[in-house]
Amino acid sequence: MSLMKGATGEWEVVIGIETHAQVVSNAKLFSGAATAFGAEPNTQVSLVDAAFPGMLPVINKHCVEQAVKTGLGLAAEINLVSVFDRKNYFYADLPAGYQISQYTRPVVGKGTLTIDLPDGSTRDVGITRLHLEQDAGKSLHDQHATQTYVDLNRAGVALMEIVSEPDLRSAEEAGAYVKKLRSILRYLGTCDGNMEEGSLRCDCNVSVRKPGAPYGTRCEIKNVNSIRFVMQAIEYEARRQIEVLEAGGTIRQETRLFDAGRGVTRPMRSKEEAHDYRYFPDPDLLPLELDAAWVEGIKRGLPELPDAKKARFVSHYKLSAYEAGVLADEQASADYFEAVAKGRDAKLAANWVMGDLFGALNKRGVDIAGSPVKAGDLGALLDLISDNTISGRIAKDVFAEMLETGKQPGAIVEAKGLRQVTDTGAIEAAIDAVLAKEQDKVAEYRSGKDKLLGFFVGQVMKATQGKANPGLVNELLKKKLSG
Amino acid sequence: MSSLTELGLAEARDGLLAKKFSARELAEAHVKAVEASRSLNAYLVETPEKARAMAAASDERIARGEARPLEGLPLAIKDLFCTEGVQTTAGSKILKGFKPPYESTVTAHLWRDGAVMLGKVNMDEFAMGSSNATCAHGHVENPWRRRGDNRPLVPGGSSGGSAAAVAARAALAATGTDTGGSIRQPASFCGIVGLKPTYGRCSRWGIVAFASSLDQAGPMTRSVKDAALMLQSMAGHDPKDSTSADVPVPDFEKALTGDIRGMKIGIPREYRLDGMPAEIEALWQRGIDWIEAAGATPVEVSLTLTKYALPVYYIIAPAEASSNLARYDGVRFGMRVNGETLDDMYEATRAEGFGPEVRRRILIGTYVLSAGYYDAYYLKAQKVRALIAKDFDDAFQHCDALLTPTTPSAAFAIGDKADDPIAMYLNDVFTVTVNLAGLPGISVPAGLSGDGLPLGLQVIGRAFDEETVLRVGGVIEQAAQFKAKPQFIAGAM
Amino acid sequence: MALDKATVARIAALARIRVTEEEQTRLAGELSQILTWIEQLGEVDTSGVEPMASVAHQKLPLRDDKVTDGGIRDKLLANTPSNNPTATSRGFFAVPKVVE
Repeated sequence: MSLMKGATGEWEVVIGIETHAQVVSNAKLFSGAATAFGAEPNTQVSLVDAAFPGMLPVINKHCVEQAVKTGLGLAAEINLVSVFDRKNYFYADLPAGYQISQYTRPVVGKGTLTIDLPDGSTRDVGITRLHLEQDAGKSLHDQHATQTYVDLNRAGVALMEIVSEPDLRSAEEAGAYVKKLRSILRYLGTCDGNMEEGSLRCDCNVSVRKPGAPYGTRCEIKNVNSIRFVMQAIEYEARRQIEVLEAGGTIRQETRLFDAGRGVTRPMRSKEEAHDYRYFPDPDLLPLELDAAWVEGIKRGLPELPDAKKARFVSHYKLSAYEAGVLADEQASADYFEAVAKGRDAKLAANWVMGDLFGALNKRGVDIAGSPVKAGDLGALLDLISDNTISGRIAKDVFAEMLETGKQPGAIVEAKGLRQVTDTGAIEAAIDAVLAKEQDKVAEYRSGKDKLLGFFVGQVMKATQGKANPGLVNELLKKKLSG
Repeated sequence: MSSLTELGLAEARDGLLAKKFSARELAEAHVKAVEASRSLNAYLVETPEKARAMAAASDERIARGEARPLEGLPLAIKDLFCTEGVQTTAGSKILKGFKPPYESTVTAHLWRDGAVMLGKVNMDEFAMGSSNATCAHGHVENPWRRRGDNRPLVPGGSSGGSAAAVAARAALAATGTDTGGSIRQPASFCGIVGLKPTYGRCSRWGIVAFASSLDQAGPMTRSVKDAALMLQSMAGHDPKDSTSADVPVPDFEKALTGDIRGMKIGIPREYRLDGMPAEIEALWQRGIDWIEAAGATPVEVSLTLTKYALPVYYIIAPAEASSNLARYDGVRFGMRVNGETLDDMYEATRAEGFGPEVRRRILIGTYVLSAGYYDAYYLKAQKVRALIAKDFDDAFQHCDALLTPTTPSAAFAIGDKADDPIAMYLNDVFTVTVNLAGLPGISVPAGLSGDGLPLGLQVIGRAFDEETVLRVGGVIEQAAQFKAKPQFIAGAM
Repeated sequence: MALDKATVARIAALARIRVTEEEQTRLAGELSQILTWIEQLGEVDTSGVEPMASVAHQKLPLRDDKVTDGGIRDKLLANTPSNNPTATSRGFFAVPKVVE
């Protein structure tokens, strides 16, 4: 159990996270306007989204499918009958004065998500429910001195609200939860998980208690939009609550925002009124009824999810849990790795993908989809190593050139004459030349300075422009040096 | 020329096709009648230029032999229907100046079928009312007056302007909407026919929403045949309305066979209210005699929860309305009263923009949905509603249609009942059950009160059985021979 | 059910409709009267009854995921009473500033 140390003892932090995930779809949940990010203000808004008089909602089948898919991906119960309710409140970015959501009967019920902790252990976190609802528009408070500008492009976009049980016990676990959830959503293709663009937002409910005590009062930190901020906000908030309680105060149940700049949470400045949302079933819609066979069909069509893929990578490719975890985090990376590893040394493939490739992509700020080196070409490079055409050392240079030019490894090796020298005669000749030149060092080596072997290897490699097979160089050097 | 405004819808259609007169002439006669009817305050917006242009286009089509079902027929449109480019206010200040950039599905159907628009007619604000006295633009006068009494009377509501215009011959027909009786009650008060179709028969898209689970558009005409003709155009599945029924539209005119032999007509015992005026009772009995004479059998049935229908309605309708009217906030359309803060603006705009009845209902609706009261009020009302619908299902095991009075009285004077909301609500006692169950109902003028005011009889049918409702309504109409006319007729000397 | 002024004020705030003190008193009376009348529903035995989901006689229709709407900004802004031509010309609705 990870606990936080306070002045009066240890505290348990209890965290539940509500995630709002924008559904990947062409059109909005109840209207036919587009959902693409970044359009000119109010150009992706229909009369329905802008709540003009007499407008009515019609539900998007694909959004329903995405929600069901996500529920299945979280091993959750799918409710074949669910109801849309109106959540009534007034705000500038909510033109109808109500949001269509699901309150008492959501489309998805209880499920589970397994989080991966840095120490390699895993924990199951309960999912309470998932429901569909409309996103609100955007209010811009910085465009005018006395007015707020309103852009309704986002109003009506489908959101999945995914609620976790209050099972998380540390900022680290919370980070792992969001990471895994994001990974699953991206695998399923139901949400792009782009937190900077706002397609994945987290509300973190945080409370503290002495171990064994009943739950404390919780505060909600709204709209945290990065995994790092989720962890920072929770860490700060837990600390804040502990300090308040240890000073003899009480926690006010309130909604707070995370100020990333200052690394603190602060209460929202809007009127502290109890929200009475007056939920009732939307009379413009009927209960959503799903066909069990249709749900089964979606289940059968689910891709292999991260946990299953990771397990398979461990058992089939004999990767470590860590390696499997890194490679399976994104479907695209996993697919890339498998394309490279197919029929080859999986460990070698893993090292090159995780090390050289990921390193290079990170440096270029590019994701795997944008990799200048395709899986097939990386595989070909590994083949050249495996069949001794080039050494591992030379392969790195070839790889660098592949990144720059997109050329095939074989072509680069030929063009640059990088073929490994495996002709023992040629290597011996090179070794003889070096030993002849460095007779002092030879003498030192023979009198016990074993470390000089590395020096000789280096000299031979230099003499052969790095092309000599290192293994052979080692072997032959040793022979010659030992007399 | 005034003879052109005396025609029925079907008659005028036939006359145009037979080239007895042109659509331009028909439109012109009505434009003049609209002007002449201004003392009634039935029209909020007159659209004579549009009417003339539409009529001209109709004449061309008729000449080419391409007349559509309602070609050239001048209609009045209740101001609850969004009409593209033409002011639509739902009878409210809060929508002042609103010109929708879209056309409601129902009116689009009417224009698709060649009808001509005379203008937008007055109504109770946001369709909340039974007297057309709650409109921001002033009350409407019923073209009927009591014998020997000059006091102006209410036309009923909320489709009061529609009813008055049709009764006064300032339109061949009009569209109305009915949420608790708003087509049938004014039809009864003004001596015309008003039909509320089955919930889902007509699309609600583009009609300013009051109570989503109850609102239905319907025709208001001077004969049952005209109602059939107009419903034919208004009805039809609309994929833009999730509650719109995906069922075929039958030929409603064909249903008017006049033959109801062998039918069983249910007479609900609970509709005989304590203290019901004798003349209403007498009219009802006459209706029963008529259907018997036509070969049908009256059967007593029981709608046990009738007395609870009004309270159920006055929970559900305001609740839905409180949510539907939240969008009138001064941001995107209508009037705005500026404020220091967003909430100030909302509060000031809505206080000034909404009239007292609307404010009252929004507050009731907000209250019955609020935390702690939802179960006791809203949920309870929806349960009783389910039982009321079941009452009808059970009754329809024993009969094909029901016959009842439409209203518990004839039209009352403007200003009466204005201070007593509940007395006003009781106007809808016979009509509200039908909306709760989502069934079709028609009011047919059947007789006159002691004061010489029209009284209607109501026929209620099974879901999607407007054919039976029209057929029985037609028989009542035939038997009643209601030839009386209002004291005020537009353009008449 | 008797409503007091404070409740009327709270409900009016939820509904964003300003009511003066005088109106609060009057409304408290009117609404109490209506609510008392409504309460006769308590007489009906509804145990075991499912609340009515809808009078619409069908299942919820689902539509295809196609972009069929939007791109009508001018139409949307045409009726705005915001009186801020800069905001309108830049394509925005404008309201009194909200402080978060």
